[in-house]
Amino acid sequence: MQNSIRTPYDRVVMAVPVTIPYVRYSIESAQWWIGRALKALVDGAGITPRDIDGFCVSSFTAGLDSGISLTQHFGLCVRWIDTIPLGGASAIAAVRRAARAVQAGDARIVACVAGDTNHVDSFRYTLENFSRFNQDAVYPYGAGGANASFALIARNYMRTFGARREDFGKIAIAQRSNALRNPHALMKAPLTIEQYMSARPIADPIHLFDCVMPCAGAEAFIVCREDVAKSLNLPSIRILSTIERHNAFPNDPIQVRGGWELDIDELWSMAGLKPSDVDFVQTYDDYPVISMMQFEGLGFCAKGEGPQFVRSHTLTNDGTFPHNTSGGQLSVGQAGAAGGFLGLVEAMRQLTSQPLGSQVSNANACLVSGFGMINYDRGLSSCAAVLARAA
Amino acid sequence: MTKPLVRPRRKDPLKRTRLPLSPQRVRSRTAHGLTAAAAEGRFALQVCLDCNTVIYPPRDACPSCLSARLPFRDVARGGTLIAETTVQTSTDPYFRERTPWRVGTVKLDAGPVVVTHLHGDAVEGERVRLELKLDKSGSAVAMALPEKDTENMADDSHLREMTCDPKFRRVLITDGRTSVGQAMAKAFSDAGASIVFVGLANPWKPFPGMESLRKIEHVEIVPLDVTDTESVTELAEQNGGRIDIVVNTAEHTRAGGVVDRHGLTIAREEIDVRYLGLLRLAQAFGPILRFRGADGVNSAAAFVNLLSVHALMNWPAYGGYCATEAACLSAAQCMRAELRPGGVKVVNVFFGPLDIDWFQTVPPPKVTPAALANAVVRALQHGLEDVFVGDVAEDTRQRLAVNPKALERELAS
Repeated sequence: MQNSIRTPYDRVVMAVPVTIPYVRYSIESAQWWIGRALKALVDGAGITPRDIDGFCVSSFTAGLDSGISLTQHFGLCVRWIDTIPLGGASAIAAVRRAARAVQAGDARIVACVAGDTNHVDSFRYTLENFSRFNQDAVYPYGAGGANASFALIARNYMRTFGARREDFGKIAIAQRSNALRNPHALMKAPLTIEQYMSARPIADPIHLFDCVMPCAGAEAFIVCREDVAKSLNLPSIRILSTIERHNAFPNDPIQVRGGWELDIDELWSMAGLKPSDVDFVQTYDDYPVISMMQFEGLGFCAKGEGPQFVRSHTLTNDGTFPHNTSGGQLSVGQAGAAGGFLGLVEAMRQLTSQPLGSQVSNANACLVSGFGMINYDRGLSSCAAVLARAA
Repeated sequence: MTKPLVRPRRKDPLKRTRLPLSPQRVRSRTAHGLTAAAAEGRFALQVCLDCNTVIYPPRDACPSCLSARLPFRDVARGGTLIAETTVQTSTDPYFRERTPWRVGTVKLDAGPVVVTHLHGDAVEGERVRLELKLDKSGSAVAMALPEKDTENMADDSHLREMTCDPKFRRVLITDGRTSVGQAMAKAFSDAGASIVFVGLANPWKPFPGMESLRKIEHVEIVPLDVTDTESVTELAEQNGGRIDIVVNTAEHTRAGGVVDRHGLTIAREEIDVRYLGLLRLAQAFGPILRFRGADGVNSAAAFVNLLSVHALMNWPAYGGYCATEAACLSAAQCMRAELRPGGVKVVNVFFGPLDIDWFQTVPPPKVTPAALANAVVRALQHGLEDVFVGDVAEDTRQRLAVNPKALERELAS
C-alpha cells in the first residue's frame, strides 16, 4: 500500500506528553511556563536537563527571546535548535523537524515545547503586533482580530456550502462534552444547543461559543529513537506520516480550504492507511468552521460535504467519529502557541492510554492536524500527522 | 438607503465631552503609498512594472514575479463584496466605542482581495466601488461604497468618521472682506453648515459684497482681525467651542521678488497676515479643535489652509509672496502632527492664480473664488488632505513630481 517516495520515520518516536494546566490570566512570563514544561518533561522522562541535546520551542509572548536565548535561560547545552513561529501548525512542524534530526543522528533527545503567558493586556498586544500585513491591512479595520477574519471566511463557507450555525454548534457541544471529563479544561459547564445558538454575537456569524478563550499554559513532548525511549521505559508513539504546506491556493478570493488538499494523497499513502482506519481525530479548532474544513481537506468527506458529515456523525469520545478528545481549544482554552500542541499531546495520551479525560476505545491510530497564522485574510499554514500506538 | 442625519441638538454644557481616540496609525513605509493616494482622493494600489500584477496588501516584492518595481498607480476601483461581518467586540478602544462596525472582503476587478470598511449601503454579493480614505488616525484605509450613489449616503456614520462633511457643522471663515471669503461663506451655507461665522476686521467699514454676504443663510458676522492676537483669542474664547471647521481666507497678495523689492514693509505685512495670522489662529483654535475631535455629529473636523501652489516652488514674479506661502505650508505640516491626536484634519488647498484684482496682470487660466470655495467643500466632504485647484495648480503638481529642477527654471522664465 505504501508508495510514497519519502523516507519513513522508522524507529523515531514521540514520548512524554506534558501539559501544564492552563489558567485564564497569569502574572508569570512565557519563560516561566516554558520552564515548567521543561521540568515536567525531564521529570517525566527520568532524565536530566543535560540529556536534552535538541530544543524546539514555540511562543508568541516570549518577547525578544527565541530558542537560543532560552537555552541560556534554562541552562540547556544543545547541538540542535529550532524556533517555530507557526501558531496552530507549530506542533506538527516541531515533530517533523525533530524527527528528521533524530533520524539523522543530529540530536538524540529533542525537547519540543510551546508555552505562552496571558497577561491582562497581552492578547491585544499580540493582535496589534502580529504581522506587517495585519498592521497595514487588517487591524485598522475594526480591530476585531481573528474573530472578524474568520467571520468573513465562515460566512462565505456557510453561503457556499450550506453549513448552518447548528452544524458548528454540534462540533462545539461535542467538544464541551469531552472536556467535562478533562480536569484541566477551563470550561467546566455543559453546553446546550440553545446556549450555543443564543450566545452573544462577536462578529456575525461568529458567536461566543465559536471562539476560543485566550489563556496561559504550556505543552511539551520529546522526540527520540525508539531504543532510547525503551531504555528509559517510556511508552512511545510512532509517526506514520506527516505533511506541511504554507500559503496554498493564493488565488482563491476567500479561503474555503487549507493546504491539506495539495498533500492529502501523500499523507495517507505514506501512512499506509486510509481515513476510515484512524480511531480518532484532533483538528485545530480555532473556530468550528475550520475543523469542518479539515474534515473535508483531510479526506474524511468530499469538499463541501463537511456540514453533512457533521450531521451524520457523533463527535464525542464514545461516538462514531471521536474528535478533539480532550475538549479542544474551544473548551480547554487557547494558550497561544501551546494551542497548536494541544491536539497532538492529547493524541499521544490517547495512544498510550493515559488520557486526561475519557479514553477512546481501541485507540490505535489517529490523525492530528494543525492550522495557523492568519497573516492577512486567511490561515497560511496547514499540516497533519498520522500517529500510531507503539507496536 | 442611509438614514438622513438628524440636526444635533444644542449640547448640554454640563455633559462631559467624549475624548478623541484613534484607530491604529502605524503603517509600513510602503503602505503609506496608500496614504499619499487617500490624501488626494485617488484610488491607487501597487502595480508590478514587470508583470502588471496589481498588489494588495502593499509589498516590497511582487508575489507573482518577485520584481521590486512596484509603484503605486491609479487602478480600477470596482469589485464585488464577497463576504461581510459586523464586529461586535473589539480590543481597540476606538472601535470599542463605535461597534457594531461592519467590515467585508472585496474582490477587486483589478485582481487583489481587500479587507475593507463598509458603507451602510454596500450589500453582500453586490458590486461596490472602493475608495481610500484617511481615518481618524490620519492613515489610509479602504472603504467600500455602493456602486451607484444612494440617498443621503454622505450621512453614513462610518463614512462620516473618514470625512469632514460640513453638513450640520459650524464653520469659521476668517476673513469675509475678500471675494474668496464671500464665496466660501456661500459654499458652506449651501453645503448645509449650521452656522457660518464670518470674520471681519473693522466690521463698520463698508466693502464690496457686504450686503450679499449678510444675506447668506446661516451667516453670522463676528469681529476678527488675524493680525491682532487679542482679537483672535477673544473670538476663540467666545465661540471656539462651537466652531468645528476653520477656513483661513486671510490673504495678502503682492507682486515682486526678493531682490527687486525695496525694503521689508510688504514682507512684514505678508508675514503678519499670512504666517503670523495662521499661528495666531492655530494657537487660539487648535487646542479646542483637538479636544473636540469626537464630540458627536458636529465634532471638530478640520482646519483648512488656502495656499498658493507656488508655496511648493517659488514663482519669482510673486517671489516674496511665495516665500510666505511656503512658511505657511511648513506650519500647516506641523499643525497636522499636532492636531492628529484629535482626529482633526489639516486640509491644504493649493490654488493657481486667482481671478482677483491682485493677479490682474496674470494671463488665464485663473481660479474663480467660487471654484476655490467649491473645491474646499468637496475636499471636506470627501475627507481629502491635499487638494490642487485649477489647471495651473495641477500642472505645477505634475511638473514637480517629474522634475523639480525643470520647474524651477520654467517658473523663472
